[in-house]
Amino acid sequence: MSIERAHNEEFDAIDANTDVADIDGELKSIIADVLGLDTDTAAEFTQETGLFGHLPELDSMAVAGLLTEMEDRLGFIIEDDDVDGEMLETYGGLLEFAQSKLAEG
Amino acid sequence: MIATWTCPLADSAVSEELLVTIGDGSNASLLIIPPLFAEHNLMRRQLLLIMRALESFDIATHLPDLPGWNESTQPLHEQSLACWRSMMEEVARQVEASHVLAVRSGALLVPDKCEGWLYAPQSGVKLIRGMVRAQGISNREAGVDLSSEEMMENGRNQGITLAGWEIGAQLFRDLEGAEVNATLDISEITQEDAGSPGLWLRAEPDENTQQAIQIAEIIAQAIPDNGVGET
Repeated sequence: MSIERAHNEEFDAIDANTDVADIDGELKSIIADVLGLDTDTAAEFTQETGLFGHLPELDSMAVAGLLTEMEDRLGFIIEDDDVDGEMLETYGGLLEFAQSKLAEG
Repeated sequence: MIATWTCPLADSAVSEELLVTIGDGSNASLLIIPPLFAEHNLMRRQLLLIMRALESFDIATHLPDLPGWNESTQPLHEQSLACWRSMMEEVARQVEASHVLAVRSGALLVPDKCEGWLYAPQSGVKLIRGMVRAQGISNREAGVDLSSEEMMENGRNQGITLAGWEIGAQLFRDLEGAEVNATLDISEITQEDAGSPGLWLRAEPDENTQQAIQIAEIIAQAIPDNGVGET
């Protein structure tokens, strides 16, 4: 029996060949799970939607949870140097980061 | 019922720690082992909902504090994983636990030879990694330049405060190498089994009654003569 599990295993990690729309959908699903949003609200996120510094519930602990969940569900590792204000400031920045990490393979 | 249990400390001292018990069910006595640190706070409401749902299946449940947790007056930075494990064995003995439900990093504290369930278990290294990451983000906001590796070194050598939790060097080193005991003969409840996302992910404490009932049903269905279908 495998004891160690990722937070959520109902989602298979997606790879670099995955459609951009799939990455967008999965990323919105992760944010919805972390912030407790319904899927319709998360679906309305645009490139300009503000995240860290704009949503009071998204504190450092929640951001850490968000990044860990992205690692588990999108299948890449996020290093210290990857995390900067630009990537976390807007939804568009976070999506672009996820796409670039997946493109790295 | 909110009561206390007598927790043995070093040098024959004792500490009275909080113990929440729900139900006096005759089918089973289930010890709840909550996640450590922030996830404990985030999950506490949901754990109580699960406990209430189990009461309807005639299963008594017990949610203890250990020193350094929740309402405890004992200092967190003096605790170690080995002490917590032996204390959990002791509270299991005191409540005559027939089963355990360990949630997330609570899985690191499951006494040997226990029957029961691990709900979305988390290793110690993943727990520490998440807390170091949170502290790193907070540091950057405060203009403090400290890498994750530097924080890990500090944690190992002198202890460290991560996301507000004052973790002593012993506990830090314990957690860094802690895995769930693979020899346990115990079932796992995955997030898929629970039917909806884990509430420990949330930025604020939340609750989900349907999820609590679903988890309670998984447990109740595995306990003989539990009255499922009759309630």
